[in-house]
Amino acid sequence: MKRAAVHIALGVIALLTLAPILWMVSVSFMSPGEAAASPPPLLPREATLGNYRQLLAQAGMGRAFLNSALLATCAALLSLAFNVTAGYAFAKLHFTGRDRIFRGLLAALVIPGQVAMIPVFLMLKSAGLVNTYLGVLLPAMAQVPGIFLVRQYAVSVPDSLLEAARIDGAGEGRLFRSIVLPSLAPILVTLAVLSFLGSWNDFLWPLIVLADDRLYTLPVALASLTREHVPDSELMMAGSVITVLPVLALFLLLQRYYIRGLLAGSVKG
Amino acid sequence: MRAKLAGWMFAGPALLALAVFFFVPVAAAFLLSLTDFDIYAVASRENVRFVGAENYLRLLQTPLFWKALGNTAFFVVIGVPLSVGTSLGTALLLDAAHAKLQGFFRTALFSPVVTTLVGVAVIWRYLLHTRYGLINHGLELLGLRPVDWLGDPRWAMPAIVLFAVWKSFGYNMIILLAALQTIPEELYEASRLEGASAVQQARMVTLPLIAPTLLLVSTLTMAGYFQLFAEPYVMTQGGPLQSTTSVLYFMYDEGFKWWNLGSASAVAFLLFAIILAVTAGQAAAARRLRWSEES
Repeated sequence: MKRAAVHIALGVIALLTLAPILWMVSVSFMSPGEAAASPPPLLPREATLGNYRQLLAQAGMGRAFLNSALLATCAALLSLAFNVTAGYAFAKLHFTGRDRIFRGLLAALVIPGQVAMIPVFLMLKSAGLVNTYLGVLLPAMAQVPGIFLVRQYAVSVPDSLLEAARIDGAGEGRLFRSIVLPSLAPILVTLAVLSFLGSWNDFLWPLIVLADDRLYTLPVALASLTREHVPDSELMMAGSVITVLPVLALFLLLQRYYIRGLLAGSVKG
Repeated sequence: MRAKLAGWMFAGPALLALAVFFFVPVAAAFLLSLTDFDIYAVASRENVRFVGAENYLRLLQTPLFWKALGNTAFFVVIGVPLSVGTSLGTALLLDAAHAKLQGFFRTALFSPVVTTLVGVAVIWRYLLHTRYGLINHGLELLGLRPVDWLGDPRWAMPAIVLFAVWKSFGYNMIILLAALQTIPEELYEASRLEGASAVQQARMVTLPLIAPTLLLVSTLTMAGYFQLFAEPYVMTQGGPLQSTTSVLYFMYDEGFKWWNLGSASAVAFLLFAIILAVTAGQAAAARRLRWSEES
């Protein structure tokens, strides 16, 4: 009886939570102007792909999609390259000042990222990297939460395994490739997913760095569409679908890894 | 010895990247905030002058900065309790749900978190539309009068709070649910045997055990909510009547619209100082209440 009430409450909340997303998908298939009615229609009278066609042909959203996909993929690869090696080093390799440096990195998490943005912008500008893909990617290569995530996981790799390989004469590089990386596999997926989604959803930094609309990522392109013109809501909803649905699908597919990353960062932290 | 060298080899690239793209820029931002770096300085560095605390003093006399600070404070003070409260409520419901349904509901309630903020802000702009929006339609069905959500200075910020809560509550819900699930069933059994009511149980068992987590998520959420930017940028462009201009929005305009980069750096540092003070204050209050784990 009590449990039934819980399920009904959850059902209502879930419906309210998903309603905006479902409504977005529905409106994106409506004909221009159809949603501007009172009461607002919930389903298209006649589903059409016209909005998507127009969006890809005219508004440059197809290009923005490719930009976003390319940048998010590169961001995930760079994040793996930099954060995994560092996370492993902080967990398993003993070097001078290691723990002090690690504590310093964690303490630096209180500094909002936006504080660094203006000098980074000026630096990239003098290097000629403003308005380039590199300008978007470089500042996010290494990230403290990513290093922390890998470190927390790498701590559990048994020292005896590493020592045995060292005694057998394996170099540190080979050790990392053949023993460390395979045992870190699940957390690599987590880190890659988090980095991909983080890059795909990022807004302020690409907005600052990218001036040329052919380089725009989806969020920047979508925001400029809302600010410059007043297009039909049906067209805008199709733009939102293109922006939101890929990451939602990726999350549903790799949910387990995503949630693991979310919990690792907070519960023990 | 070998391991030491290896340590630096493995950690070095990331530390170098963090130094170049974060730590040095943070220090540079502070120096920049003490100069009159503006559009002329972007063209030639010879036009930069050291001005001491002038940027800070001028900001403190700028009405729009105070307005932005007030708007941001409203967003934090109303939004954070609402968001964490929703997270806690839904986490409690999920904890009580049947194991088989829990996974489905958890995913459904969490999904707004992973969506692209700009994308869903666009949706909400239409949901909040005065004439054709579903939200006003819902109010009408309840017999209430429609609200000009994004066009009325009194309602624009509350509308953004509503959107932000919808977008973010799932994150803390997951963390609180994990904390709830670590509470041993025996504790509830024992308190039931002693005749505790559901309310007493919540107060004597659940709350004390999740208090450290609750404090942690409140602090993190607060720090995040102070960084309000994209919501007003997409939904209201800071208006109407600058009622949704946040501190970061102000910084963005100051820096990248007017190119007053010295002054914009000062805004960034003031925001940092405020976040630091508020989180430190919260931690101190928690220590006094013996809520945090260290005490």
